[in-house]
Amino acid sequence: MNALSVNHLLGIKELSVADIDLILNTADQFKEVINRPIKKVPSLRDITIANLFFENSTRTKLSFELAEKRLSADVINFSAAQSSVKKGETLIDTVNNILAMKVDIVVMRHPNPGACVFLSKHVNARIVNAGDGAHEHPTQALLDAYTIKETLGSLKGKKVVIVGDILHSRVALSNIYALKKMGAEVKVCGPATLIPRYIESLGVTVELNLRKALEWCDVANMLRVQNERMDISYFPSVREYVQQYGVNRELLDSLKKDVVIMHPGPINRGVEITSDVADSKQAVILNQVENGVAVRMAVLYLIASKIRHHDQ
Amino acid sequence: MSQKLLLNATELDLILNRLACQLIENHDTFENTALIGLQPRGTFLLKRLAALLKKSYHIKNLETGLLDITFYRDDFRRGDEPLKANTTQIDFLVEGKKVVIVDDVLYTGRSIRAALTALQSFGRPASVELLTLIDRRFSRHLPIQPDYNGRQVDAIGNQKVKVSWLENDGEDAVYLLKTDVL
Repeated sequence: MNALSVNHLLGIKELSVADIDLILNTADQFKEVINRPIKKVPSLRDITIANLFFENSTRTKLSFELAEKRLSADVINFSAAQSSVKKGETLIDTVNNILAMKVDIVVMRHPNPGACVFLSKHVNARIVNAGDGAHEHPTQALLDAYTIKETLGSLKGKKVVIVGDILHSRVALSNIYALKKMGAEVKVCGPATLIPRYIESLGVTVELNLRKALEWCDVANMLRVQNERMDISYFPSVREYVQQYGVNRELLDSLKKDVVIMHPGPINRGVEITSDVADSKQAVILNQVENGVAVRMAVLYLIASKIRHHDQ
Repeated sequence: MSQKLLLNATELDLILNRLACQLIENHDTFENTALIGLQPRGTFLLKRLAALLKKSYHIKNLETGLLDITFYRDDFRRGDEPLKANTTQIDFLVEGKKVVIVDDVLYTGRSIRAALTALQSFGRPASVELLTLIDRRFSRHLPIQPDYNGRQVDAIGNQKVKVSWLENDGEDAVYLLKTDVL
């Protein structure tokens, strides 16, 4: 199959296994492209993409922008901090004004869960979700899946533990969907206050003890503690969190195997993982960043390939 | 659907040998030359030619690569089916090299146009030549002609040239397929 079953990338939940396979395989070709002396292909030269970031981002925004430019698309950027949103304009009005400038694809990050789904129903453009509140962050899950596949050869039967703030994490939810679809086993681990109720209904198991979780897994995906999303105290202190759920060198050395350490960034050094772990060979954190560009190129290429020329 | 045999295994073998000899005439020991096959179908011809040059004509250190032109095509978003990408495998810089692009059938010339653009991503070659097994005359959309050619074929719009390779399709042969007009 050469085409995605969806017109927008709103979340991993809506993707089929064949879709994920297609994206990962296409990303392979783009990874080769971005390692050439000239890292650019002309595929999307007649496509215009708007990056709408209603929430702060460094990695995702740069990664999308680079992916778009490497595909030769025209790119316009927008961040809520310097825009008319502050003057009271609604989301649909903002986006329709941008679309009036002939934009084909909108890449959007928004603090409200479901903002991308809402937009896809009301505006005439393809939407790529770059993170919507605590709902989904599909391209992060795809690049994580790509990185695990690249590091371990496949996803099927691999054991992945997602550690930390599962409750507020869109990365966790998208990762669970993607990993389960690709046949991996998933555990979540963190303080009981940060594990959502009924998480088992997604087909994952809960482990409150980090050491046990690490002894079980092949890959540990360490999430950032999202202080900005916490309105109340979920654990007594950062120091206590580090003692219970921080990964350090001694803990990893005491295991009888090499666990692959992942982190979606930005790292709070000394909280989720210590510096010596983050900078060690076991950590594939910078590979994740490199793969992010290739995976986002694949997503944009495949979404754009469904826009027919005569539609315009 | 009717089909007509254009080349059988013996004729194909003869042509491959001739193409190999013509390449040697121009490229001698292939010291600064690279053969690059276009994905997907040009790769079979490339592998055959490379094997022949090494085995029968004792060419050592022959550099070969595979080039996928999907991302450079000018019909992106124009067909019914999205284009599927293949692997590109060029483990050397083409900077300053004499490059021979290898493909099985030359038809509109658009693939070769895309290949010329794609090739630039790997550096500035000293020269680029084109080798094709079948040249379909009278069907070019662009001013592109082969430097080395197996057989020229006159085929009209609703006809298709099919190149079969032993390793992929079970036999060495070239057919002219004709879809019956209603």
